[in-house]
Amino acid sequence: MSGKLDLDPGLVARARQLARRAGQPVVDLARSHTTVSVERAVLRLAGVAGADPDGIPWVNRLVDAVVADVGLGQGVALPVFDAMAREQVADVTLLAQQAAAGAVRFRRPAGRAATAARRAALSAVRRGIRQVDRRRVERERLVKRLGDPPQRPWIYLIVATGDIYEDIPQAQAAARAGADVIAVIRSTGQSLLDYVPEGATREGFAGTYATQENFRLMRAALDEVSKELGRYVRLTNYASGLCMPEMATLAGLERLDMMLNDSMYGILFRDINPIRTFVDQRFSRQMHARAGIIINTGEDNYLTTADAVDEAHTVTVSQLLNEFFAHEAGLPDALLGLGHAFEINPEVPQSLRLELAHALLARELFPDAPLKWMPPTKHMTGDVFRGNLLDGFFNLVGAMTGQGILLVGMMTEAVVTPWLSDRDIALQNVRYVLGAAGGLGEDFRPPPGGFIQQRAHQVLGEAVTLLERIADDTLLQAIAEGTFGIMKRPADRGKGLEGVAAHEDGYFNPATELLEAVPA
Amino acid sequence: MSGPIVRPYGDTTGDGMVQMSFTLPVPHDKRAEGAALQLAAKMGMDPAMLVHAKPIGEGFTFFVVYGRVNHLVDLSQVEVVERDFPLLSAKEVNTAVKRGLRRKLSVVGACIGTDAHTVGIDAILNVKGIAGEKGLEYYRELKVTNLGAQVSVPELVEAARRERADAVLVSQVVTQRDAHLHNTREMSAAFREAMPAGRRPLLIVGGPRFDEKMTGELGVDRIFGRGTTPAEVASYLVHALITQKAKA
Repeated sequence: MSGKLDLDPGLVARARQLARRAGQPVVDLARSHTTVSVERAVLRLAGVAGADPDGIPWVNRLVDAVVADVGLGQGVALPVFDAMAREQVADVTLLAQQAAAGAVRFRRPAGRAATAARRAALSAVRRGIRQVDRRRVERERLVKRLGDPPQRPWIYLIVATGDIYEDIPQAQAAARAGADVIAVIRSTGQSLLDYVPEGATREGFAGTYATQENFRLMRAALDEVSKELGRYVRLTNYASGLCMPEMATLAGLERLDMMLNDSMYGILFRDINPIRTFVDQRFSRQMHARAGIIINTGEDNYLTTADAVDEAHTVTVSQLLNEFFAHEAGLPDALLGLGHAFEINPEVPQSLRLELAHALLARELFPDAPLKWMPPTKHMTGDVFRGNLLDGFFNLVGAMTGQGILLVGMMTEAVVTPWLSDRDIALQNVRYVLGAAGGLGEDFRPPPGGFIQQRAHQVLGEAVTLLERIADDTLLQAIAEGTFGIMKRPADRGKGLEGVAAHEDGYFNPATELLEAVPA
Repeated sequence: MSGPIVRPYGDTTGDGMVQMSFTLPVPHDKRAEGAALQLAAKMGMDPAMLVHAKPIGEGFTFFVVYGRVNHLVDLSQVEVVERDFPLLSAKEVNTAVKRGLRRKLSVVGACIGTDAHTVGIDAILNVKGIAGEKGLEYYRELKVTNLGAQVSVPELVEAARRERADAVLVSQVVTQRDAHLHNTREMSAAFREAMPAGRRPLLIVGGPRFDEKMTGELGVDRIFGRGTTPAEVASYLVHALITQKAKA
């Protein structure tokens, strides 16, 4: 503890212990189930690429064919690599095409056939994981050569035109104007697609489709501008929705640097089945850990539907759960962009002091995590002048409490998708505040027992009380009852449930085996 | 109260002063500033003062212009949809439903199409409500089913049937490529197809970018725009489903 808030170390330890108790049953569930998307991610690592003429990826066609013949419960790796040996097909995408045409039958191999399939699957998936490793080394080399942003927080800016070829010049312009991280928002609705679209895309709704090719194009464009600017510009996308594990895999293969990845967001805000989400999430986080990708969690979203003062402790609880799940999946603190937001109603008296208390609480609870600080959205009204002031205060709190990643707020939030000039004005706001008050955190020491300390203690106390309830009733029950963000999401409902299966005897997943192996 | 003819007000009655900001796709130089003034003049600003010009990005300049417009606003010619029903308290709504329907009034709400922005529908439906005003779930005599985000039109029709919906509330925030208009038309057409006129629930859409006058064109009974409160929606439900039917 750096001790600006004088938090009780015993209470902090208790909060973590409760988060572990609440989260462990979910981890056990995740370890004993698989999903179609996890299996597709495995096949992507093994080299299945491309899509059929209707745009349905060959990984989907292949997994569907295997599931139709032998089910999902043992994983698809053994049946697929057994079929490759039997059919004498050397290329796994070719096998997918043949399977889609109905020319291949799958079985659950046993004995020597199983041993051979196992070896072949491990070897193919290892090649994919080595590619992810190479990408990680590449990033480390570029960061070393070009350097990180000179200041904290890193300035995170969103681009979202729907057309990757429009996004690219906008992203490059944003980087030149000072953005350290570019996030390409996905098309609305992509989270509920049970496949990853293919190729470069030029049409999206309020965002651009996340595809492997779009990832590659944007990363290459940012590499170009990084060299020009002498600073490594990071790229962000989304590992959320029904294809989390595949998004994480593609992000690792194409050297994305950050991914939105929240343990409960899909459940609460997209009505995705809770079990599907937790299984997918664990695999995706293991991939992120391997790829050195910083995850951004989505606690800010709770505050857009619930009251930011009354429900402040649910953010803390979710951060603690996200931390537990992330650590369990192998992510170190340096890759935990835990989220929180400036969403208190500005009409509430002393709202800025409350924001400072909440932001500082997150900072002190997670001293080594690059916290993701999210701007006001709920109380942005269309009064762009007031909005710009609110964003200024948001930036100030970010500077004073040492946030790691600052998502640039737009005064035109809730009005239009940001215009070129909106972005420029927003970046000017950030630059002014960081320039004028960047070091203010050093002088900012809330007095012992004062308003800010008391408020932080109260929120932590409420978080512990809620965690006690969740640990006793189980997390799935809490989610079903609407504890987070008011949405009620029972475990036996929601989208994507049909793509979940419990592990059967002999379940084999070469990717998980390799990802969980202790590094040599 | 001023007369039926007004002009914008800067600091003196009748001065006609407005401010405006915009970007032109030209690099910042003398010519760019002249171009900004030309636009202002064509928009009826005379005289126009260019108070700020700043290069943004490569080949773009941002301008702020203050100036006087010559246009007159005739208040007697203004067309708006005025609230044509009384605003009721939660208690009054509950009483009206109890007396008028003798059962709970069923409301089904959703964001349809690919729209994932539940902020609007949640503000109206969730107990939490908006700006201290409770949402429809708080009304004892209303039975609220909130289907949440990205609901397909067939799912919505099916839910409306299952819940015997008296009213269907649809929220649309995303407006790219007029998605909100397409989605609304698709929704109203589906209800027309699925249910006979007398049995169809009241169709209501809401969102910040709708024109409240477009009900006929979109095939819905009512459109609510920005700043609508749960009480307004509840009062309208009573007005349309109880008061008006009693008169008919």
